[in-house]
Formats: sequence, C-alpha cells, structure tokens
Amino acid sequence: MNLMMLLEMAVSSHGDRVAVRCGDEQLTYSELFEAAGAAAADLANSGAEHLAVLDVSSPAVPVGLFASAWAGRPFVPLNYRLTGGELESLLERIRPSRLVAHDDRAGDLAAHTGVQVVARESFLRDSRGGSAPDSQWSMDPDAIAILLFTSGTTGAPKAAVLRHKHLVSYILGSVEFGSASEADASLVSVPPYHVAGMASILSSVYSGRRIVQLPNFTAQAWLETARAERITHAFVVPTMLSRIIEALGDEPANLPHLRSASYGGGKMPLLVIEKAMRVFPGVDFTNAYGLTETSSTISLLGPDAHRAAAASEDPAVRRRLTSAGIPLPGLAVEIRDADGKTLGPDERGEVHVRGEQVSGEYLGRDAGLDADGWFPTRDGGWLDAEGYLFIEGRIDDVIVRGGENLSPGEIEAVLLEHPAVADCAVVGIPDIQWGEAVAAAVVLSAGASASAEELKSWVKNRLRSSRTPEQIEFRHELPYNETGKLLRRQIRAELAGEA
Amino acid sequence: MMAFPAASEGQRAQEEPEIRTKPGTRLRSAVCNTEVMVIAAPAGEIDLTCGGAPLIDIAKDAPAGASPSPDAAGGTLMGKRYVNEVGDLELLCTKPGEGSLALAGASLTVKGAKPLPSSD
Repeated sequence: MNLMMLLEMAVSSHGDRVAVRCGDEQLTYSELFEAAGAAAADLANSGAEHLAVLDVSSPAVPVGLFASAWAGRPFVPLNYRLTGGELESLLERIRPSRLVAHDDRAGDLAAHTGVQVVARESFLRDSRGGSAPDSQWSMDPDAIAILLFTSGTTGAPKAAVLRHKHLVSYILGSVEFGSASEADASLVSVPPYHVAGMASILSSVYSGRRIVQLPNFTAQAWLETARAERITHAFVVPTMLSRIIEALGDEPANLPHLRSASYGGGKMPLLVIEKAMRVFPGVDFTNAYGLTETSSTISLLGPDAHRAAAASEDPAVRRRLTSAGIPLPGLAVEIRDADGKTLGPDERGEVHVRGEQVSGEYLGRDAGLDADGWFPTRDGGWLDAEGYLFIEGRIDDVIVRGGENLSPGEIEAVLLEHPAVADCAVVGIPDIQWGEAVAAAVVLSAGASASAEELKSWVKNRLRSSRTPEQIEFRHELPYNETGKLLRRQIRAELAGEA
Repeated sequence: MMAFPAASEGQRAQEEPEIRTKPGTRLRSAVCNTEVMVIAAPAGEIDLTCGGAPLIDIAKDAPAGASPSPDAAGGTLMGKRYVNEVGDLELLCTKPGEGSLALAGASLTVKGAKPLPSSD
C-alpha cells in the first residue's frame, strides 16, 4: 500500500483535471504525478531520510507529500510559526532531511546541521521541469508516510507516526473513488502541519476534487476565494467559521456554489453552529472529530443529524448539535473508566478507538495501542443511548478538587446553555483548601448581560455545588491557536494570577 | 519494486493457479485490463482469478490475445472494493477491465458502503 497508488488511480481516471490551485499557480493530476516523480528522484539521490516542509500551503505541499511516498521517505510538515530552539529540536529529530521552506526563510535555515534547505520556488521549478523515474514505489503497508508533530499545548511535541496502511485505510473507508464532479472544488485553509491539511489532500485526490489552497486565512480572503473559485466544499476550524460569520455581518453569504462545510479541530460553540446554519441555509454541515494519531476523522455528525438536532424540541436530540456524531463504519469506539472498565451509555470516561486507520504511535516510543488494538485518546467523553459521541476535552485538563475529579467540559456545557454566554473555558487553579478550585473565563454574547453571581447560581442549580466556579472573569474573547485549539494553559495562568 | 513472493519465483505453471498474497500486493488480470491491490487476504495460498484465469504479478505482461471466459466477464469497476462472502478477502480495483474476479470459482462482490459526507 502506498499513497502514490491513490494519485496513480486519480491520474488514470481524471488526469487532465486540475488537482491543486493556489493563486495563479495550478497543476493537473498528471502534472502533480510527474512533479512528484521528479521530486522523488531528487529526494532519493539526496541522501536525506525525510522530506520536511516549513511553509504555508502551496503546491509544494502535495508535490512533497507524494514525492516522499514515491521515494519511501517520511513526509514531515512542520509548523512554520516555530523558530529558534523549538524548531531546532524538531529538525534534530528528523535529520538528515531535505527541507522545503519559503524563499524568505531558506537562507537562515541553511545553517542547521544535517538539513538540506531548498527554497519553495526552486523545489517547484525543478519538480515541474523534471520527469518521473521508471522506478516504482514500495507497496510495504508498514512504511511511514507522514510524521506529524503534535501541537505540544501540554508538553514537548511528539512525532505521531502515520504509516501508509493507516492513511490508505482512512481514505478507502471514507471516500468514494472519483465521486466528485469536475466542478467540485475544496477550499483548504488549515495549515499543512495539521492532520486535516494532510487528509484534505488525500480525500480530494481520491474523489477527484480540485484543491484550492488559501495560504493565510483571513475571513475576507476566505470569502473572496470561495466566490472566485466557485468553492463547493470547505473544511474550517471553529474559530474560522466564527470569523467568517462575523465578517459577513448582516450581508447575505453570496456563496451559491458552496454545498458542504465540515468543521473540526476544536470545540464548536453551539451559538456559532446555530448561526452558521441560519447564515448558510443551503449548506450541508458536517462535524468531523478525529486526532492526529487516528489519521484524521473517526466520528461524524452529518448534515441530516445537524438539521434533525437543530429542529428538535427534545433536549436529548437537540444536544447532539454539540456532539461528534457517530463513529465511522469499520471503527469501534468505547468509553472506559480509569481502571479500563467499559462504561455504558451516558457514563463519562476516556474515549478509546480501534480500527485500521488508528496508529496511536509516536516516534521513538512504545506502540500506543493496547494488546487488543485499542488506542486511548486522552479525550474525555461519553456516548448517548443511540451511540452519539460527546467529547468533553482532554483528560489531562480534569480538575481535581478535594479528591473529586471534575470535567471542565461538563461545566462548560452548562455555562453555554445560559442564553447570555457565547463562549467559556473552565480550568482548575491552585487552591490552598481544595488543591484545585474551579475558575471560568466567560465571553458574553453581543448585547447580553449576566453577572458572575447569576452564572454561579445557574451552574449550582444544574450541577453539584462542588462544580460551581468559585471565580468567574469576563473576557471579550478566549485565546485559541490558529488551528482552533483553546489555549487552556494561558487561561489557567491568567485566572490564577500568574500571567 | 514490490516483492511478490510465490509467483515471482517463476516456478508455477498455469495449471497450478494458487498464489500467496499479502496486503499491498498488486496483481493484474491475465485476460483483461483489470488490476487490483490486496487490502486483506486469508493466510496461505489462494486461487484468485479474473475472467476465469489466475491473476498474475503486476510486473508481468498478460499473454497476447487472451480474453475473459464468457461466464466470468461481468467486468470490474475502478475504485471499487471486492470481497468474498466470508469477508476475509478484500481487493481494491486500481484499473478496470472486462473480466470479473473470483476466489476458488466463487464470484467476488462489490463491498457496499453507504456514502459518507465529506469530512475534510
């Protein structure tokens, strides 16, 4: 198995279609194949063991991804925001490597030992000018396709290992080959170092959709590109969707071609998705929940479920609008307690997942799967009686107050039910009496008002008093990173008075 | 180039069709344009045919002038996954052709999958 096989099939079925477009630059599927082959030959001759990219989205990303697969070297998309020591420590773990970087940075990076730096423009020029080698790619399913460094919001970044078998299995299990029409186009605004950025390339290639890259997200640029390129599909993180709606203001969306919008990468506030469904009434919304270690999506809340939940008066159905939906076919999901016991419906515990696309492996560490192939995600959550999965955040964020484990997600969900609350984050802060105390940062909806006392009694009336925030501070917005992850460490430091 | 254990040894004659397969192995039809990749296969040697003739190593050329036997000419479809009844064999069609796939004489069927909404 090899990712190249997916591209080879695309070429034989729709080789003349545009595969990727960025600004004025574009490659057809056949051109992408040839460029990947040429870049693979260069990579194989370079002596490098990895092909890394330190850059925003550009055609160099899909060329590099497939070139790596062809040459049998892992592809390593690095976070282009990293600098100095952080970047150095990641480069050290993948050398010797060939590193494609934005032309502006190539000069500075050349000083790193064991790193051959290639400026993006010359990488693309050489790839497009070269030709594919006669040699075939390896079909070893266990070869490493991609190394993705986790964001490291809770510690030093780990390199998640995604093998060809994991990614091919994900694509075969979730995408119908050639199902896109020639007019279909997918707008990719997540960075290459996010698993959704990698998955979007593979899904688009296999379905035959044109990839349109938006290298630097702003709501205005997203709207303009979506209109100009007649975008039919898009994936966004929640903060992007929120900003797009904000940028529209009271104007109509004017995106007549957009049919499908999927989102993931972080918690979607209920108010945002409700508003999005009103602003884009003809668009099918899909919530995709997944992790880097699971080759992207493992659970989906599809368009029909969105509409059913939004239209329902039944609270148990309505709350599914904030759920991660139903696990993909072929995957198994279980909720387990701290002792490993499998829990029943509505019982909170750790989400475990098993399936062909699940890697769970980090470079240089023991396999992350248990003897039966289950991966403990470190995400807390629960399944409802009909199998809808609800995610409540990282287990590591659990607040321990006087020996009692409190889930921030549970308290946040109650706060978000208050009509004046637009967004919130609940964290544990040091407390002399209890070890940790519950604190909340709250963003109120525009024009709404609520006092801290009112919100405290709102929570107290719905949950036990131990779960009631002892401290509530109001904010204009909460800090998220560029891929939609809430920066809890920062909020915790601020609320604890350390910032 | 991918390794192809049994058949590449060149010892097997046409009357001994069984081949060994493992995930990732690529095979071609001897009588039409069909090409497949093995996703899953039962252990040991298996009798895998397309158009009534044993599948061969993808690196080998199909004999000239051969055509599928009339009772195995239903055709294969690009990108479809083919499975046996038990479900321990799964092939991905990477190039379509006129022959149809079978394991020990029993036709393989297209793995039915409900289309999923696009998630990325």
